[in-house]
Amino acid sequence: MYDIAIIGAGVVGALAARELSRYDLRIVLVDRLNDVGAGTTRANSAIVHAGFDAPPGSLKAKYNVAGTAAMPALCELLHVPYQNTGSVVLAFDEADRKTLDELKARGEQNGVPGLEILEGEALFAKEPNVNPDCTGALWAPSAGIVCPYELAIAGAECAASNGVEFVREFAVKAIDFTGEQFTLNAADGRQVQAKTVINAAGVHADEIARMIGDESFGITPVKGEYLLLDKTQQGIVNTVVFQCPSPMGKGILVSPTVHGNVLVGPNAQTIDDRLSLTTTAAALQEVQEAAKRSLPGYQVRDTITSFAGLRARCDRHDFVIEASAVNPRFIHAGGIESPGLSAAPAIAAALAELAKGDAVAKQDWNPSRAKPVRVHELTTDEYAALVSEQPAYGRIICRCETISEGEILHAIHSPAGARDVDGIKRRTRSGMGRCQGGFCGTKLLEIIAHELDMPMESVTKSGGNSQVLLGRTK
Amino acid sequence: MNYDVIVIGGGPAGMAAALKAQENGAARVLILERDTFLGGILMQCIHTGFGLHYFKEELSGPEFAHRFIEQVEANPAIEVKLDTMVLDVQPGEPNQVVAVNKTDGLMQLSAKAIVLAMGCRERPRGALNIAGARPAGVLSAGTAQKYVNMDGYLPGREVVILGSGDIGLIMARRMTFEGAKVKMVCELMPYSGGLTRNIVQCLNDFDIPLKLSTTVIDIHGGDRVTGVTIAQVDDNRRPIPGTEEHVPCDLLLLSVGLIPENELSRAAGVAIDPITGGAQVNEACETEIPGVFACGNVLHVHDLVDYVALEAEVAGANAARFAMRNSQCAMGDYVTTRGENGVRYVVPQRVNQHAGKPVTLYFRVGQVYADATVQVRNGDTVLAKERRARITPGEMEHLVVKPEQLAGCSELIVEVA
Amino acid sequence: MNELNIVCTACPMGCSITATVDEHETLVSVAGHRCRRGEAYARAEIANPARSFHSTLRVAGGDLPMVSVKTAAPVPKSTLMACAEATRDITANAPIAVGDVLLRDIAGTGVDLVATTRVLPCSFS
Repeated sequence: MYDIAIIGAGVVGALAARELSRYDLRIVLVDRLNDVGAGTTRANSAIVHAGFDAPPGSLKAKYNVAGTAAMPALCELLHVPYQNTGSVVLAFDEADRKTLDELKARGEQNGVPGLEILEGEALFAKEPNVNPDCTGALWAPSAGIVCPYELAIAGAECAASNGVEFVREFAVKAIDFTGEQFTLNAADGRQVQAKTVINAAGVHADEIARMIGDESFGITPVKGEYLLLDKTQQGIVNTVVFQCPSPMGKGILVSPTVHGNVLVGPNAQTIDDRLSLTTTAAALQEVQEAAKRSLPGYQVRDTITSFAGLRARCDRHDFVIEASAVNPRFIHAGGIESPGLSAAPAIAAALAELAKGDAVAKQDWNPSRAKPVRVHELTTDEYAALVSEQPAYGRIICRCETISEGEILHAIHSPAGARDVDGIKRRTRSGMGRCQGGFCGTKLLEIIAHELDMPMESVTKSGGNSQVLLGRTK
Repeated sequence: MNYDVIVIGGGPAGMAAALKAQENGAARVLILERDTFLGGILMQCIHTGFGLHYFKEELSGPEFAHRFIEQVEANPAIEVKLDTMVLDVQPGEPNQVVAVNKTDGLMQLSAKAIVLAMGCRERPRGALNIAGARPAGVLSAGTAQKYVNMDGYLPGREVVILGSGDIGLIMARRMTFEGAKVKMVCELMPYSGGLTRNIVQCLNDFDIPLKLSTTVIDIHGGDRVTGVTIAQVDDNRRPIPGTEEHVPCDLLLLSVGLIPENELSRAAGVAIDPITGGAQVNEACETEIPGVFACGNVLHVHDLVDYVALEAEVAGANAARFAMRNSQCAMGDYVTTRGENGVRYVVPQRVNQHAGKPVTLYFRVGQVYADATVQVRNGDTVLAKERRARITPGEMEHLVVKPEQLAGCSELIVEVA
Repeated sequence: MNELNIVCTACPMGCSITATVDEHETLVSVAGHRCRRGEAYARAEIANPARSFHSTLRVAGGDLPMVSVKTAAPVPKSTLMACAEATRDITANAPIAVGDVLLRDIAGTGVDLVATTRVLPCSFS
């Protein structure tokens, strides 16, 4: 029996778990997938928005501005890559210029600091490669970029080291309430009992709400497709480059990533299937063409991979962060679409406030996590010292990103650690480079099988039945 | 630690270069190999068909490699470090190499000459931008080859192969021998990128259809691949609406091209030929940085290891000469080479007019030619000329120019006449 | 008379050879080859097509899990799948040297299966 069960180990659920782990509570974090941050958190724009998009007075506006303000310190504490790049919204014509003024006014009402309209020259000084037809831009200095799944992983790691349990592949199918406690029933028959439940189930949050008879909001998944460009393209943009927003979203953006690649996307397509992460040729074409409008010099051939993500669009047109009207011990974090990542630190704090009850703070809470070693970031002397002490850091597994066996072992054995190939990829970037795991894939499988004491053919790409190998040849 | 020659990569190119370097006077030679064994990718190429030119007999990949491995192991002047990754190459006098492994830790090495022999890697799915899901069961053909041939695991039982490069063709036969059903090989181009022999012996022998001008446009599946959608393509390689066909499978293998692995070379400042993806070299396999040589698949992708070994011997011998300071290749009057009329690239990119020995120009064409003449000319003067019954983009060609023909040349143009 | 198209695989050239056979399947003429090996290949391909076979065997007590193998000489094309079948239930014991015979007379072809990789004894099994 837990005090609190959190459904959904995305960035919101993981950071909420961390916030709550400071109190003397028994907490469990469950996810339908085999890892932290493997759903919506895995595939989004990785932007920390300044906060000028949402209507003044909305929860989105409130939590975005607060979350963005909290992000730099949180990322530093959790050793998560974050960069305060700032953002620009490009204007191509008079109508766009009007939009910029509106965005600026709205942002100022929301409390966004430092907004400024840049005229052509000033824009091109910041972003020399944008379309020369641009007449100006809205500059937002507080915007930035972050690695969303590393933030979720770091949050869960911190939570787990402070006693939170992480239960994988626990797809909640039914919830019973006895008056004292909730019972979460998983598809495979496992059960979890808790006095309080936090619903942070992303695109499934409305389905979870319905399990206790709460129909107060509905979610429509909106798919967005992205292209990731090779590191050779680093520097084609310096800030997050938006176009003026449309009713479907913030438009196609071109952004640097914290790992030195360039991200292009997303389009927006309403879909029925909440599990569909397929990409389509037409959408990728749409993304490419829209990106060329911002950056005429952008080259399609520099793409190293494409992917799709889902936004949890809510029929309330705002975040749902509240105790359920059906049961006050059931707390929703629903409709967390953009700017959900930016808002996540603030949402997590709000959820903790709603859920903690009269719990007392622990004396020995550790707000941080062990800093993961990245051998390619070390100086020669640091690296030499590390390898002589821990030789596993001297065996390079991923050639493209220079990731050592030591880093992979750390990813597996850290709290709430990796259990599959994609989990290691998200924690270490092994296999994320230009060969996309062609060489290191076989070695990763061997290491996972050895460390987790399982046969090679049981190792999965991303949990479930995603085994990489089907059996022995003979 | 100081060496005369450091060879980066212990595949066939690296071993051949190291042996020749020692033979030509290098007293301290070091091979740095990132895998746990010598032989490189050849060790997973267990099919036969190697060595016909070099050893005049038909060998399997491991046998071909083994002949070099035995010589390297028996040669006291050649040191080998396995499971060792080179992190950085800084050209200079001497050149600096930073490498790391578990036993020696981080090593600062220096060498009078360096041979780059890192080989190549496969193009991944992302570079193709195939739409669809991201399930397990999409592998590059070479990765599957490692699993099947070296580790003994089967990555799929019903297989579709995209790309008719040699590795894809070879894997069609290997998967068949291991009990899998290979449904088809799709090739975007109207011709195969692989050797004719492989089409006959890997596909035709087992009635595996080769579908030309066909590509995979969608990948289906949740956790694992459940099928792909294929479609025919038009002359511009665009899918033709109405030709889509769903093919159930649990494994999609990609054999869509190889890319020389030149990250180290680039970081070291070596000039790269945008077409080959490899270094720009002279006839001695020397890059534009004196004392830094390149050979094998890191220089340009070969289809036969025999030519890799021959090229590597040139690089190794010249690296030793450079290291021992009796270099004949450092300075001189250079003539550049260029492909024209169907020839996509020529290696070497420049030739010393006073090379003093026959110079072999390797090249590839961009389309299939039947009954054609290939030639090397300088202006209007034809220097070498040969007839070919058939030339395909999948097979590397070469022509030899005699040393006395080089003097006074302004540019060597290789072309299909 | 019947014309058969054969792609010569004796060398990477891959000559397209046209072989003409009579009603008794006897070779009458060969055209399109560029060397003697081509003619010989066409004759053999019609009389008794042969291929070299290669695969792997499980290894016990070695530093590698599998050893690569090939037939010491080409085997009839029609026996390739039987050869593949014959590799399934054999375990080779380390150490193994290149050229070691690991299976005699594979699939009744009269040809031996030989190792093409060196396998050293495993120090810890």
